[in-house]
Formats: sequence, C-alpha cells, structure tokens
Amino acid sequence: MAEILVLVDHVEGTPKKVSYELLTLARTLGEPSAVVLGKGASAAAEKVAAYGAEKVYVSEAEELSQFLVAPYATVLAQLVQEKNPAAVLLPSNVTGKEVGARLAVKIGSGLVTDAVGVTPEFVAEQPIFGGAVTVQSKVQTGTPIITVRPNSTAATEQAGAGTVEQVTATFSDADKAAKVVESVVEAKGGRPDLGEASIVVSGGRGMGNAENFSIVEKLADTLGAAVGASRAATDAGWYPHQNQVGQTGRTVSPQLYIAVGISGAIQHRAGMQTSKTIVAINKDPEAPIFELADFGLVGDLFNVVPQLTEEIQKRKG
Amino acid sequence: MNIVVLVKQVPDTWAERKLNADDKRLDRASVDVVMNEIDEYAVEEALKIKEAGGGEVTILTMGPERAVETIRKALSMGADKAVHLVDDALAGSDAVQTSYALAKVLETLEYDLLISGSEATDSRMAIMGALLAERTGKPQLTGARKVTVDGGSVRIERQTDNGYDVVEAPTPAIVSVVEKINEPRYPSFKGIMAAKSKPLTTLTVADAGIEAAQVGLAAAPSQVVEFANKPPRQAGQVVKDEGDGGMKVAEFLASQKIV
Repeated sequence: MAEILVLVDHVEGTPKKVSYELLTLARTLGEPSAVVLGKGASAAAEKVAAYGAEKVYVSEAEELSQFLVAPYATVLAQLVQEKNPAAVLLPSNVTGKEVGARLAVKIGSGLVTDAVGVTPEFVAEQPIFGGAVTVQSKVQTGTPIITVRPNSTAATEQAGAGTVEQVTATFSDADKAAKVVESVVEAKGGRPDLGEASIVVSGGRGMGNAENFSIVEKLADTLGAAVGASRAATDAGWYPHQNQVGQTGRTVSPQLYIAVGISGAIQHRAGMQTSKTIVAINKDPEAPIFELADFGLVGDLFNVVPQLTEEIQKRKG
Repeated sequence: MNIVVLVKQVPDTWAERKLNADDKRLDRASVDVVMNEIDEYAVEEALKIKEAGGGEVTILTMGPERAVETIRKALSMGADKAVHLVDDALAGSDAVQTSYALAKVLETLEYDLLISGSEATDSRMAIMGALLAERTGKPQLTGARKVTVDGGSVRIERQTDNGYDVVEAPTPAIVSVVEKINEPRYPSFKGIMAAKSKPLTTLTVADAGIEAAQVGLAAAPSQVVEFANKPPRQAGQVVKDEGDGGMKVAEFLASQKIV
C-alpha cells in the first residue's frame, strides 16, 4: 500500500486530537506514516502508533522550534523526495496551511486546504462561502498536499507498527530567517482548543461587557467546551481576538455550537454554520441566528444561561 | 522604508457568492466587489510605517480590469503608486500559480517590506504570505497583530491559538497582518481627488516575464472537479422563555444525547 505522510500537530510530544483524526483518515487512503517534528517529538511515537502509524519520522532539530514554519516544509520536502508518498495530509490550522503552502512550492505540487473529507482517489471535499457551497477539488500536479479541518473524521484507534526513523535535514539560510524570539501564552488554561473542541459556547454583543463573559465561561466549563466570541464582542475588547469565530476569525465545526447573545450576522455564520447542532439564545425573536438554529430560545440570556448551566450540572449529578 | 502592499478585490461578503456552472470558477463578474477587508488593515499599517519613517507605499494587485477600483481605494487612503497585473491568461489561476505570478512582479520592485492581509474573504486559504516567502526566499512574518520596524529589522507579534509568538527578521521581509492590528482610515475627499492622478502601472503576463503556460485554469495544479450548492440550514424549533428557558435548552440537549 502506498505511504501517506501525516504531519502531526503536537505540544511537546502530546499529539492534538486532529492528528489522530488525520491518521484515521490516512488509513482509508493507504499506509499512514506520522511525521513528528520539533521539541519532544520522540515522545509522540507510541501515541501515533496506536492510531495506525506504521512508520514515525522524527526530528527534534532545534531549527524547528527556533524559526517560523520554513524548517517544517524543508523536512517534509526531503521526506517526499525520499519516500515518494501518495499524498501528504496536514492539519488545516494556521501553521499547517502555511507549511503545506511552502511544501507545494518546494516540490512543485498542488495544494488543497480546508478539506472535510478525502476519497481514496484523493478528491477533497471543501465547504466554501461559509458552507453555502460544497466543492470537490483535486490536485492535478505532483504529490497531493491536502490540509484537513479538525472534527472532519472521528478518530479511532488501530495499532500500527510505529517504526521510528530519525530524519536529518539540512536547513538553508532562508529557513533560518524568521526567528521566534518568544512564545507568550495568554489564554486561560484548562479549556479545549477552539478549533478542535466538540462543543463551543460563544458570546456576542448581548453579553454587554467583558465581565459578563464569565456566564458563558461557566456554561462552557460545565460542558467541557471551548469559548468563542463574535466579532462585535472582540472588537469591543470583551474577549481576546484569538477566540473570534467568523469570517475573519476561526472556523469551527463542533458537534454542538451554542450562540449566546449573538445575532448571527453573515460574518459570524461563515465561521460556524457547518456545526452539527446549533443552539441559539437571544432576546430578539427576529435575530437571523434563529434561521439556522436547530433549537432557538427567545429570552434574556442572563436568566436562561445560568439556569441552563445549573440544570446540566444537576443532570450530570 | 519602501513598502509594497498586496491587495485583492473580492466579492462583498454580503452579496450572494456563487461558482460558474461551466468552468467552476468564482463568479466575479456579477457580484458587488470590494477590497478584501483585511487588506485595508495592511494598507493602514504601511501608511503608519511610512508616516513614522518616510519611504514610499506601492499597491500591488492581480485581478481583472475592474480591480482598478480597489487600487483607487488604496491610493485614496494615501498610498503613492500602484502596479496592476492584469491579463486574461491569468484567469483561473490557483493560489500556488498566483504566488508565482506575483513573485515575478516583485522581482521588478524594490521594497523593504511586503505587507498583505492575513487572508482573503473569498478563498480563505490564508497562505499567500507563506507562498511568497517561499518563492522569494525572504523571511516569513505572517499573522501579525503588531509590527515594529527598527532600522534593518522587523519584529511582529504573531497571533497563535493561545497567545502570540514574537518573531523577528531582517528586512526585506514578507509580512501579513490580522484585523486587530489597527483601525483603517477612511479616504478623505482630498485623498480621493489625489488618487486620480497617482501613477498606476499596468502589466501583462508578458511585461512581467511570466510564462503564460504556467498560469491560468488549464495549468492549475489544483482544480475544482465538481460542486453543489448546499440547501440552506432549516430553522428548527424556536421557543419563547417562560421562566424555564434554561431547562428547555437542557431538555433539547438531552434529547440529542449531548448531555
């Protein structure tokens, strides 16, 4: 079976959920090989083997953490040349897409981003225009490079051999041009990543101020959810921009999306309307968010949301 | 400091966007078009850097004839001149091909920074900065929520999922910005009048030394095979709060086996 390279997104050797989803998808396309790069990469080997990685290519070269994006593409380009895989899959997040882009130029291949599915013929399905149109796209030149969105496939375990192979790459001066001087963590810990979360609770203009976001946070924590915000809320400075869901923010497609005090402008809908189930809580019965909600509650969020949080806690015992 | 700002004309988000049935390309002709919103922040950032330290701001765009409207807007905000790459041969080019064509034009321009918006609202790929950095061999400083220029080096705060990275590189560099970086100015009446007489260079594929066989739909390394318009989501149940709204939502979540 043909080899499929999967770039593993991980934090110091702990793969993110999307990496397991990509390995699961890769098993339907060929024989998955995990590519784990950067600090702590070796620690991920056993974990990715549990999801079907037959081979695990590892590099902990310092350049991978010291310089932005480019060294990743260099290692992948070398692996494509050496192993001649049938395709390369990457997570469709900011860095994954940029690595895929640089790789496409390096190896002279086409690139498809934001896929939610890939057929054995490497035809990728993409929702575009905020989910209004579904497109089937194909790479026509070179090795297909496809970035796949989190939550597109349910990850399932299946043991692979997990044979580890160290990769030694040579980095050019251009790879070492953009130096990462410092990494600053601003988000409060403990909540799942917005892009990967199965449940997202978002607040909008109706929250009224930054302090009131604690109402949304409490509901999110009860559900084990990530917290999102509409553009109105981030523009007002009530919640950090990295939590913005919408056309100019993050695109999410969780199992459940709860929109609290969000009217549902097209700018917001573009980032969430491929969610499986949508619940909206808004005091305005005319709010467009109700047009796409599976369940809408017309009411004052300051009464409804705390009651909902309490009821869920009760049901969870 | 000389700055090239890359801008793109896109369909207005509020307009109904669709693909052509025959060639499966975005229908750019029948919709209202605007400057890609995030590119306005790129123009603003370039103007701020110029106002602080001098230099010249050049607008670069690739697009059909009517993209000149977007160029005029950028010039009316205060940019000095513009280059418009326009040729029927480019129609249907994908992002990888577009980066090849733009990199060819960049070879003819002198710049310390290239600044663009982090993504366009039509394709939403968010990769042009990375593609151009790879093509030109210049440092990639993308996804910036803050840009600081200091002599021959530039430092950005790159937004990450849980905070930001501080990334630094020597100029010339390829920068892209997110919308939280500044507040774009509105063109003044004076600016709008002045834009009409600012230099605009129009380049064809041949002028820029772009190989015509490398660009356009027929040569595209990624192509749309088919597409379908999805039926809009159907509204579900809408209930008015009678004091037990929270319970009603919880009941719905339980019925969906979510809680």
